[in-house]
Amino acid sequence: MTELSWPLILFHMALRLWPVWAGLVLTFALSLRYRRRLGLYGRLFDSPVGMIGLAIVLFWVFSALFADLIITHDPLSQISGMKNALPGTPVAGAAEGAYPHYLLGGDNLARDVFSRMIVGAREVLAIAPAATVIAFMVGITLGLPAGYVGGRLDTGLSFLANLVLAFPVILLFYLLVTPDIITTGIPMALAGVLFLFPVIFVSILLNSRYFTTPGKRNLYVGVALALGLWAWSGLAFNADPLGFWGMTPNMLNVFVSVVFVNAPTVFRIVRGLVMDLKARDYVAAAQTRGEGAWYIMLWEVLPNARGPLIVDFCLRIGYTTILLGTLGFFGLGVAPESPNWGSTINEGRRLLAIYPHAALVPAIALMSLVLGLNLLADALREESLRD
Amino acid sequence: MTTWDPSKPILEIENLSISFATRLRDIPAVMDFSCTVMAGEAMGLVGESGCGKSTVALAVMRDLGRNGRITGGAIRFKGQDITHMSEAELRKLRGSEIAMIYQEPMASLNPAMRIGDQLAEVPMIHRNMPKAEALALARQIVADVRLPDPDRILNAYPHQLSGGQQQRIVIAMALMAKPALLILDEPTTALDVTVEAGIVDLVKDLGEKYGTSLLFISHNLGLILDVCDRLCVMYSGEAVETGNVAEVFDHMRHPYTQALFRSIPLPGADKTTRPLVAIPGNFPLPHERPKGCNFGPRCAYFQAGRCDAADIPMTDVPDAHRHETRCLRWAEIDWAAPPAAAVQAEAIETGPVVIRASDLRKYYEVTSGAFGGGAKRVVKANETLSFEAREGETLAIVGESGCGKSTLAKVLLGLETATSGDLTLMNEAIQSKPVQARGAETVGRLQMVFQNPFDTLNPSMTVGRQIIRALEIFGEGADDAAREARMLELLDLVKLPRAFADRMPRQLSGGQKQRVGIARAFAGGAKVVVADEPVSALDVSVQAAVTDLLMDIQRKNKTTLLFISHDLSIVRYLSDRVMVMYLGHVVELGTTDQVFAPPYHPYTEALLSAVPIADTRVEKRRIVLDGDIPSAMNPPPGCPFQTRCRWKSDVPGALCETTLPPMRVLENGHQIKCHLAEDILARMTPVITLAAE
Amino acid sequence: MLAFILRRLGVMALTALALTFVVFFMTNLPPSLDKLAKSEASFRMSDEDVASWLDANGFSRPLIVRYGEWLGVAPGWTHQAEDGTLTGRCYAAVPRGEEPPRFCGVVQGFWGQSTVFKQPVSEVLARSLGLTGWLMFWVMAVMVPTSLVLGVLSGMREGSRLDRTLSTFSITSTATPEYVSGVILIVLLGSATAGLSPLLAEWGWIEGRTLFQGTATSAMDDITFWNFGLPVLTIALYGIGYIARMTRASMTEVMTQQYIRTARLKGVSFPMIILRHALRNALIAPFTVIMLQFPWLLNGVVIVETLFNYKGFGWTLVQAAGNNDIQLLLGCSVIAVLVVLVTQLISDIGYVFLNPRIRLG
Repeated sequence: MTELSWPLILFHMALRLWPVWAGLVLTFALSLRYRRRLGLYGRLFDSPVGMIGLAIVLFWVFSALFADLIITHDPLSQISGMKNALPGTPVAGAAEGAYPHYLLGGDNLARDVFSRMIVGAREVLAIAPAATVIAFMVGITLGLPAGYVGGRLDTGLSFLANLVLAFPVILLFYLLVTPDIITTGIPMALAGVLFLFPVIFVSILLNSRYFTTPGKRNLYVGVALALGLWAWSGLAFNADPLGFWGMTPNMLNVFVSVVFVNAPTVFRIVRGLVMDLKARDYVAAAQTRGEGAWYIMLWEVLPNARGPLIVDFCLRIGYTTILLGTLGFFGLGVAPESPNWGSTINEGRRLLAIYPHAALVPAIALMSLVLGLNLLADALREESLRD
Repeated sequence: MTTWDPSKPILEIENLSISFATRLRDIPAVMDFSCTVMAGEAMGLVGESGCGKSTVALAVMRDLGRNGRITGGAIRFKGQDITHMSEAELRKLRGSEIAMIYQEPMASLNPAMRIGDQLAEVPMIHRNMPKAEALALARQIVADVRLPDPDRILNAYPHQLSGGQQQRIVIAMALMAKPALLILDEPTTALDVTVEAGIVDLVKDLGEKYGTSLLFISHNLGLILDVCDRLCVMYSGEAVETGNVAEVFDHMRHPYTQALFRSIPLPGADKTTRPLVAIPGNFPLPHERPKGCNFGPRCAYFQAGRCDAADIPMTDVPDAHRHETRCLRWAEIDWAAPPAAAVQAEAIETGPVVIRASDLRKYYEVTSGAFGGGAKRVVKANETLSFEAREGETLAIVGESGCGKSTLAKVLLGLETATSGDLTLMNEAIQSKPVQARGAETVGRLQMVFQNPFDTLNPSMTVGRQIIRALEIFGEGADDAAREARMLELLDLVKLPRAFADRMPRQLSGGQKQRVGIARAFAGGAKVVVADEPVSALDVSVQAAVTDLLMDIQRKNKTTLLFISHDLSIVRYLSDRVMVMYLGHVVELGTTDQVFAPPYHPYTEALLSAVPIADTRVEKRRIVLDGDIPSAMNPPPGCPFQTRCRWKSDVPGALCETTLPPMRVLENGHQIKCHLAEDILARMTPVITLAAE
Repeated sequence: MLAFILRRLGVMALTALALTFVVFFMTNLPPSLDKLAKSEASFRMSDEDVASWLDANGFSRPLIVRYGEWLGVAPGWTHQAEDGTLTGRCYAAVPRGEEPPRFCGVVQGFWGQSTVFKQPVSEVLARSLGLTGWLMFWVMAVMVPTSLVLGVLSGMREGSRLDRTLSTFSITSTATPEYVSGVILIVLLGSATAGLSPLLAEWGWIEGRTLFQGTATSAMDDITFWNFGLPVLTIALYGIGYIARMTRASMTEVMTQQYIRTARLKGVSFPMIILRHALRNALIAPFTVIMLQFPWLLNGVVIVETLFNYKGFGWTLVQAAGNNDIQLLLGCSVIAVLVVLVTQLISDIGYVFLNPRIRLG
């Protein structure tokens, strides 16, 4: 076995990534074909920037999805002799059928950098989008009344939001994401509050729409409450009687902190959008026919604020990715073994001057994912502003 | 420029074509457009939105943006072709030889620069004038546009001036270099009628004083009549008729021009005996223009096989002064024949009083100052309003911005509650009931039609869904199917195809959206409808149709219509009684005939005089009000109108400045809030007279 | 205006109080105190020992009282040991033997004693803030002009090739957090085995083994371009992208305004339109953004100081948090919160002064 040259490394990596390419080709072919019927998503395919952004994001999504097919080695196992191995180094004494190379080299604990990068994507994409969704639910549920009703409610909520925003993020993480704090139950309490918002949001959404026909309303709201509270009990308190929903305490801690940091910004954006939109005539029309405040906020105002919110959603997933990396970089809330990109960069930087690959690979991975999301957001903004 | 002969046209546009590049295709915005402006002449460009009139103006300035492109023809200014000039040559022309004024005065001025600097910049660029001299010139021109206290104004920032003052500054800026050609693109559309009248007078006078040629763009035929010598009517990117104003107004030779005149409420039109004739159909989108005559599908004189065969050229109308029309059949049409479609309608009997207000007041408390925490002030948005409206009656509420008509609408609908006074709807007291506290039936009885068609429908809900939602809220229909059926009936009622139920609002034109808004308002079987300028944002040709529709439904349902408007022409056309408001007060209330004939309240008199009327037979007494409408935050003491009233000197003593006049009841219930003595009121002469033909 | 500032100061004080209380609460959670006791006294303490240690050191009193002590509005705790010696919070505030004051808290200028550095918190903070001040200064000096110029250049002709190039740069730089760009920059410019340095060294263009130094430790004594360039660039890059994008957005919006058209149709040349008419209006929004960028810079500072081993405020914060140094962490958070609030105040007031439209209201 010989060491691989860079072109060969790239070639072998491309081969390993075949499920990703297949997924990308399929998605693009279908989307391009039906793009005129796909609304804003379809219009992304009119802009080169949008397509590039989407391709990068999908690359990582598929990598995370098919990680088990792609990785060449177990991301946690160490192979002797491979410590700080350079990219393309053949695995000494590889067993029959095992992958013969460390494509992107080995780290200081002799683990395969390529496999850790792919599994790292899974770690990020398991948390970032979900945390962003929850942050949006919290921000929307509070931002709507703050902007629409205004007055003292707005003053109070805005003060709280500014309070959180005035907290330097790193300090907050250092305070909130420690193993100690889990024993105090604070993350669980926070989760209990934050995870309740999606349930409230969906229930109010359905109730305000269907309260005129009580039969339908009871069915829809009932189902939403049952499902929501079930998930809530499992995710926030690990008390799901059926054991379907659940999160490790460490992950819950990280998740909650990320939601906590993001929600106030979403709140401010939503509040601003609502203050602008509430002066529209269709809002006045709803008021003059005696609609409730929640109906107006959720069904008349919110759908028309979706453009900026979708754009911010993309940006915010990217930002959350950066935050998760920061957490990893400071070793907060992650298991020491975890292939998390942030902590891998932190471990790799000690030998940066001599063996840059161990830190550089996750660094570029993280950067490319965030870049993809930013490009996507940029294209969405541009396309939604057009006509 | 020295070679130019003043007897030649100053501006010659020849077969101009302009296209805009969009993602899908090139869209022709202007096709084969020609027109000539002589020195000192005022040329009007008329047309509805999207007809390309502004594009022509911008092409003359060569400022079409990145997507716009001149695809053919020539624009010659003083004999030189502008279409092929370099940027540097254009810069020499812009601002010094040709100047332009457009719609939003506030947006036209740089918010971060003092007025003086913005004015002085023009001679500093074009004539290398030193700054002190340029400022002195600016001061002189500011005085020329009749602004008080020029020194203060030169030092002010744009936001410190009122809309009317800003527009005067924009005009002053255009005049700084004494241009040969001044282009005005809807210069008064954003202003109130009485302010508009002042600006129009100013433009006319200055045009004469400086010998400037004008290219005046407007959708308002009345304004064109006031300002211009010649006009050019545009339709869907083409000039369809051009000629002398008087000739085109009285002897039009294009069916579109004729249809346009028949669809606007001119003196003499009447909702029962001489109703307006709406132009059928819609304005074609630029990429959906028909073959042959663009107006063909909407034209009453259309002949298949002829009008839609090939492009139609402009042809001379002989026996007239440079009168041209783009119609094949102009010589065959009997232009004097009365409109065929004029269906006369029954006048409706008015029933019992359905809505009554007495001594209704609405005060707001506001805090002023950029940082909040400033002094608390009370804004008296509505002061002692007393009126009633009967079943089937149309009561018009007339006034300019800040007169309190929108506040009144809010109080009526329960979005605000009255500070004091009584308001009853069918004997139910509602003055202190916000809309949430009113029962579904009450809410359904009193509904509103909004002004802005682009804003009245929720852009992310289908048309059908929005109407069904109103039905749900008003408790109409037993189940979903019943409501669905009722929604389709409502679409029928407003004469929209049933297929529109599944459309999104953005797929509808302005007039169609307004119809959906009307359908929604009638979902709960409304007995009283507050219509807040329901047609003012629509194109002229669509206005008549929507007005007709409203009155049709009124006749069927015996609805009471509270018609809020600033446009006295339409008010005269459709209302039974008129209430004139100024700064929160009702200054005059009476039947339409009473209000439109002397004795007038001085404000009504000025308002009547200010409204431009597109009829050459009309003779108006010109009454131009000084200054602007005072702010409602800071109303004058005594009579609200005293700061602008031309009759003030006829009232003895300082009565007007100190005492609010009482509401006086003249004969037949005509009410006027004025101190003027009986004999002076009796001496008033009509503002508008129709010259005998 | 005065009323506005006073009200803002009131809100600021309230915010600062709320935030410090939260920090106080979070740092004084039972597990942290437990750890503190064990690290200060002995790792092999029994639960009773811990309790008595906490009691002896004033940690057993109610949280709100201790917060009051820290603030200096409640009298400091005293403890009489069995042998009769008096200890107390305020004894540390004065030289040994002197009679301590009754109150000793932040209000009195006493910030407590750092357990990690064995020094008064005020000294630790003063030293580290001084170092971070230099870093901030150079970051601002690089970031603000660069980002404004980039933003204005790309915003003045939207969609041009220049705009596309600069926008791509901005997006990329905002997508690169400091811990990524720092790593990449070190590899590119500060590594003896990778990037540019080996090449340059081979050609004999540089004297040492690397072009820039991969650590900024030496910059604590003497700042040079070569030891400070990378940390400054790392922080600035992230901010440049962000501010440039905001400036570009503001500039493109201004360029579509009617008054720009007015200026163009007055015959003003393009450079003069930019300088006289567009710039002032376009810079109002970025000013706010730059001011609000300070809290973000704090993030960058923490990462970069850790990455480049520069013992400033951020490094101190990490040390304090990592070692549960309660007093120091509280001090750090007060500083951080004040920076955030003061910059917010400046941005609000500055916005009003830059924008004549709302000056008179």
